[in-house]
Amino acid sequence: MSEPYIKLENICKSFGTVKANNNVSIDVNKGEILALLGENGSGKSTLVNMLSGIYQPDSGSIYLDGKLVSFKSPKDAIASGIGMVHQHFKLVDVFTAAENIIMGKQKNVFLSKKRMNEQIAQLNEKYGLSVTPDKKVYDMSVSEKQSVEIMKILYRGADVLILDEPTAVLTPQEIDALFDILRKMKAQGCSIIIITHKMAEVLSISDRVTVLRKGECIATVNTAETTPQKLTEMMVGSAVSLEIERPTTTLSEKPLLSVKNLLLKNIDDVPVINDMSFDVYGGEIVGVAGIAGSGQKELCEVIAGLCKANGGDILFDGGSILGLSPHAILKKGISMSFVPEDRLGMGLVAGMSITDNVILKSYNKNPGPFIDKKYAKSLAQQIVKDFDISTPSVNHQVKKLSGGNIQKVLLGREIWLSPRVLITAYPVRGLDIGASYNIYHILNEQKKKGVAVLFIGEDLDVLKSISDRLMVIHNGEIIDIVDPETVTKEDIGLMMLGHKKEEGDAV
Amino acid sequence: MMRIQISKRAGVSRVADTLIRIGAIIASLLLAGAVMAIMGFNPLNIFSKIITSTTSSFSRFSETINKTILLTTLSLGIAVAFRMKFWNIGAEGQLYMGAFGAALAAFGFPELPMPLLLLIMGLFAFIFGGIWAIIPALIKIKFSTSETLVTLMMNYIAIQFISYLQYGPWKDPASLGAAKIARFSDNAILPKVFGIHAGWIITLVLVILTTILLKHTKLGYQIDVLGESETTARYAGMNTVKIMLLAVAISGGLCGMAGFMQASAIEKSITDSMSGGLGFTAIITAWLAKLNPPVMVIVSFAFSMLLQSGKSLQVMGLPSSITEILQGVIIFFVLASEFFINYKISFRKTAKEAK
Repeated sequence: MSEPYIKLENICKSFGTVKANNNVSIDVNKGEILALLGENGSGKSTLVNMLSGIYQPDSGSIYLDGKLVSFKSPKDAIASGIGMVHQHFKLVDVFTAAENIIMGKQKNVFLSKKRMNEQIAQLNEKYGLSVTPDKKVYDMSVSEKQSVEIMKILYRGADVLILDEPTAVLTPQEIDALFDILRKMKAQGCSIIIITHKMAEVLSISDRVTVLRKGECIATVNTAETTPQKLTEMMVGSAVSLEIERPTTTLSEKPLLSVKNLLLKNIDDVPVINDMSFDVYGGEIVGVAGIAGSGQKELCEVIAGLCKANGGDILFDGGSILGLSPHAILKKGISMSFVPEDRLGMGLVAGMSITDNVILKSYNKNPGPFIDKKYAKSLAQQIVKDFDISTPSVNHQVKKLSGGNIQKVLLGREIWLSPRVLITAYPVRGLDIGASYNIYHILNEQKKKGVAVLFIGEDLDVLKSISDRLMVIHNGEIIDIVDPETVTKEDIGLMMLGHKKEEGDAV
Repeated sequence: MMRIQISKRAGVSRVADTLIRIGAIIASLLLAGAVMAIMGFNPLNIFSKIITSTTSSFSRFSETINKTILLTTLSLGIAVAFRMKFWNIGAEGQLYMGAFGAALAAFGFPELPMPLLLLIMGLFAFIFGGIWAIIPALIKIKFSTSETLVTLMMNYIAIQFISYLQYGPWKDPASLGAAKIARFSDNAILPKVFGIHAGWIITLVLVILTTILLKHTKLGYQIDVLGESETTARYAGMNTVKIMLLAVAISGGLCGMAGFMQASAIEKSITDSMSGGLGFTAIITAWLAKLNPPVMVIVSFAFSMLLQSGKSLQVMGLPSSITEILQGVIIFFVLASEFFINYKISFRKTAKEAK
């Protein structure tokens, strides 16, 4: 094989005392797709950010087409034909696709709209993209926005494309479409680096895989010659079982949580939860699948009493809790460990210690005006011990913990309240495999205790294996509640897009 | 070619943190000294004047303490609101309204025995200051206004109100035409303890109470949670409106107490210029003390020295603005030191040269 097109050699990069990358080397050929695989915090994003000029390496060298290069800013990288699609899109909402694409690139004062549209049409055809130049970004779906991001890079003539977790927000169908585009680009001679931690995707799209662990390069293997089990072991560093158990339990006679014809409108008077009805029994996990922003957040908030419903009813153990304050709902034993986009947004106070965080819901239990510091400390120590949270001390600030430990503090506190209903949204977001399985185990333990668990998740494989029933929502409506053992991922994907299954072939 | 690289620190030890801050203060003194030297003065001379003019005699020292009492109490009040991220810029107005409350009591019940009268004056001051702070909080809750602007504007209403009293209905007929409010009766004046008015004892008690409030009570905990994130507070089942009103009332009440002490012990009456603008200076002292009550005593004392020495320097033929320069430079350096606590700067060669 000739000299690789891109070569990163012995890259080191530290943030404070943390070594994000330690002597990492990767290379990509022309017309090749390299997958970067690794748990959160293994240094994947840091590495590609250096290739795209966002960070500068502490030491090590980057070669492009055999020549040593040094990127001081993303502009340098773009000039060298390297483009990156970030996890969070960097588009201007009120601009059209064309305007976003031309931004920062245009040399003349006046835009030649016609010429641009022609160029976009050419690229659309060449790579199988479907970008509508005049569509405003705020009117676009997530996958359309992603196409614009890719188009932006292609339009600038880049032949190296870096994608940071591009599939996290896509449905199975959209993922297939994206992979088709990537394969076309590959056929045209582009070099592609894709970051992901979904094993199935690695196997289907990549030619080679580089596995990173704790900032170090573990191995680079040919995709065709490896298995998910081997890759996972390299990622985690030890053998891991990828099975999620689904213990059988006896259900409670009556549902513990019952949502009836729930209606919630946003400030524009548009329903964000539209006529939702479902029951959760004690001793079961009901999974909720849906594209991000389909009403998951609102559903959590309305059950917890954080926002007022516009209609319908919510029953807890037979009694209505609609209109009660969060405090009153909390007292009834409904625990909600809701984790929004940003884990530290609502459930935890980032700047406070573990101790101050674990008492967030129970600080008021003792009479009198004072905080019971002894209780707080012993509770914190207990939770740290029970959930195996690694921290220098219970006085450590929560925001300085790792993602998995933050999640454990949150779940630990909620479970310590011995809830009867546990609502958890994206509890493993940003966690590594080991920590994720830990969380699944904790949820199953709760289920065995007879707790009604509502699990709002992202990964369809996980949802399918942990849920007893799976509720698919779209645009604030329940499309269907299906049996996770018999439904296929493709069907779930279609339902997530709002296609209801035909009567007759229902499960 | 050398490249400057700024990277985030993983966190610094308490010792390093303190050293960086002390370093910042030393650096600010050096810079201020250089400015003085450029202006043609001997910086050492000026620094020693600042110290001697505020501490060398008992009367000078007690003057400095009088200012420290005022600044500390105002800082306490500001800190209670600031910990909740309620930006109460209205300490000045709350001080005046507190003083007004104290005066109402002093003029209303002049025949009461001294301890009882002083108690009532303090209570009135707390309530009036608290109400003055609650008004902007209510407006914020009802109309989502910015408390920064409203508390700021309420200052001027309070000051103008005192002016109105001074030139109008409360003008002392015995003052022969001068616009003055009558002097308090003797039993409305804080007695001296060890030569300094008893406000220092009240202030120390308030420092302790505020420390307990912020660090050991449920309300203090709620204030901190609410300050970090309102959604978290609501999610935890806290009554955010009640907490905000309570904390703001305490904040304003403490500033009102400062007004009571200033009126009773120093002015022995009330005037429309009795604060000397310290309601604003206290924002700086509260912030420099990182909203930590015991530290506020030290910072307030240091600032009182600077404020107090300004006059003495002027008497000695030196520009009083030197102390203002010094204040500004210290604030600038201490705030800038935050950067060095959070980031480290390293110099390294670029990749090309390393090759």
